[in-house]
Amino acid sequence: MNGKVVAIISGKGGVGKTTTAANLGIALATLGQKVVCIDTDIGLRNLDVVLGLENRIVYDLVDVVEGRCRLTQAMVRDRRYENLHLIPAAQTRDKSAVSASDMVRLCEELRSMADWIVIDSPAGIERGFRNAIAPADQVLVITNPEVSSLRDADRIIGLVEAEEKGPAQLIINRINPEMVKRGDMLSISDVIELLAIPLIGIVPEDETVLISTNSGQPVVLNEKSKAGLAFLNIGKRLLGEEVPWVSLNVKAGLLSRLGQLFSGET
Amino acid sequence: MEIKGIKEGILVKFHDQEWQNAKKALIQTLQDKQTFFDGAQLVLDVGHCVLGTHAIEVLQKKLNQHNISLYGLVSKSMITQEAAQKMGLITKLEKSKKKTDQKLEPSDVVLAGESAVLIRRTMRSGFTVKYKGHVAVIGDVNPGAEIIASGSVIVWGRLRGTVHAGADGDLTAIVCALDLSPTQLRIASKIAITPEGQAEPKPEVARIIDEQIVAEPWLN
Repeated sequence: MNGKVVAIISGKGGVGKTTTAANLGIALATLGQKVVCIDTDIGLRNLDVVLGLENRIVYDLVDVVEGRCRLTQAMVRDRRYENLHLIPAAQTRDKSAVSASDMVRLCEELRSMADWIVIDSPAGIERGFRNAIAPADQVLVITNPEVSSLRDADRIIGLVEAEEKGPAQLIINRINPEMVKRGDMLSISDVIELLAIPLIGIVPEDETVLISTNSGQPVVLNEKSKAGLAFLNIGKRLLGEEVPWVSLNVKAGLLSRLGQLFSGET
Repeated sequence: MEIKGIKEGILVKFHDQEWQNAKKALIQTLQDKQTFFDGAQLVLDVGHCVLGTHAIEVLQKKLNQHNISLYGLVSKSMITQEAAQKMGLITKLEKSKKKTDQKLEPSDVVLAGESAVLIRRTMRSGFTVKYKGHVAVIGDVNPGAEIIASGSVIVWGRLRGTVHAGADGDLTAIVCALDLSPTQLRIASKIAITPEGQAEPKPEVARIIDEQIVAEPWLN
């Protein structure tokens, strides 16, 4: 087995890195892949909570790096999918507990055990981010259609390019089609025009994400959720499948549909 | 006769001789070096010889007997070329990439105050360029990127970052871009901000006119 390492980064905090990491991990697992998720946000660990695996943690990433346990001991197996594992971050230390070369070594070992290694990066452009991208073969940049996260994404794409880890691929998270339509939100083309990197996913704003995060049941498990479907599609695209883009169009009201009928646009 | 290995297979080149003689010589060589040519893909360069489709067919059959396939026929004669093309043979060899004869050396003419740097990439947020001279960018300058130049700034792309031309006080410096909508534009000690709600992006030039930065559409 020769696993691929995917780092999920954003620069800005709160745009959905951890949510994406959790859902992508599960998506890949449902597609039959062996997956290991690594939370590198040491001191502020979250991925375990989102995956609903918090109470199963015995050892963590820092324990592995500092030799207090074997790698396999720190791999928490998922409740739902036995081919999904999590290496949680330590909650008591900080980013300096792990170095980039530690991460490279760790991932080299994991490559022989899994098809995919999904790394959840902390926010920021400092050590934690460097640790996350050091072993990566592929980098996914998450952004929201909003200027400040876009600015940070642009910055971090520049850093990824400087590390020769590019080209990064883009996930636009929390897009609200209705707001875009009203012109109150940046559109997908606005975002792509600025960042100029290939797109791998568009995730609509969806309140089921919050509900599922709180319950530790990632949204990708919810078949009715549009966001869940979007994450599943990202997983498929990572596997090289051509997945058509899901239409984000808001259901048109009767009047506007009639209007379209008459103007012959349907 | 010249024989050499090329990308397409083996090239046999004749030095302008009668086709019949050339053919004889070729067959002789093929027989002598049978093991070398066995299974080969052959490209012939027949020079000025004129061959019709029939002649090529005859040759092809002969070669097939030696377990050689004719892949290409290069010739200076139009008739031969056409015939070869009809038979589905290649008539041109892929040229190996040759360096141009131009010998370029740095700074063969130096004009005072005309040094410049060319940046061939998108300048993303956080990327700063400071240069004593002119700055030219082929690519976009995104918001959060910064260019500071003592001379002029030219952007073949969208200029959305911060730009300072004539940073040493040169009032004649200009800033131009295919889409001139910088976060902030300075020339010498003057500062301007892109007006909000700009219409369609168009190439513009900004310069100081009467103590003020003025951006004008580029029309010439």
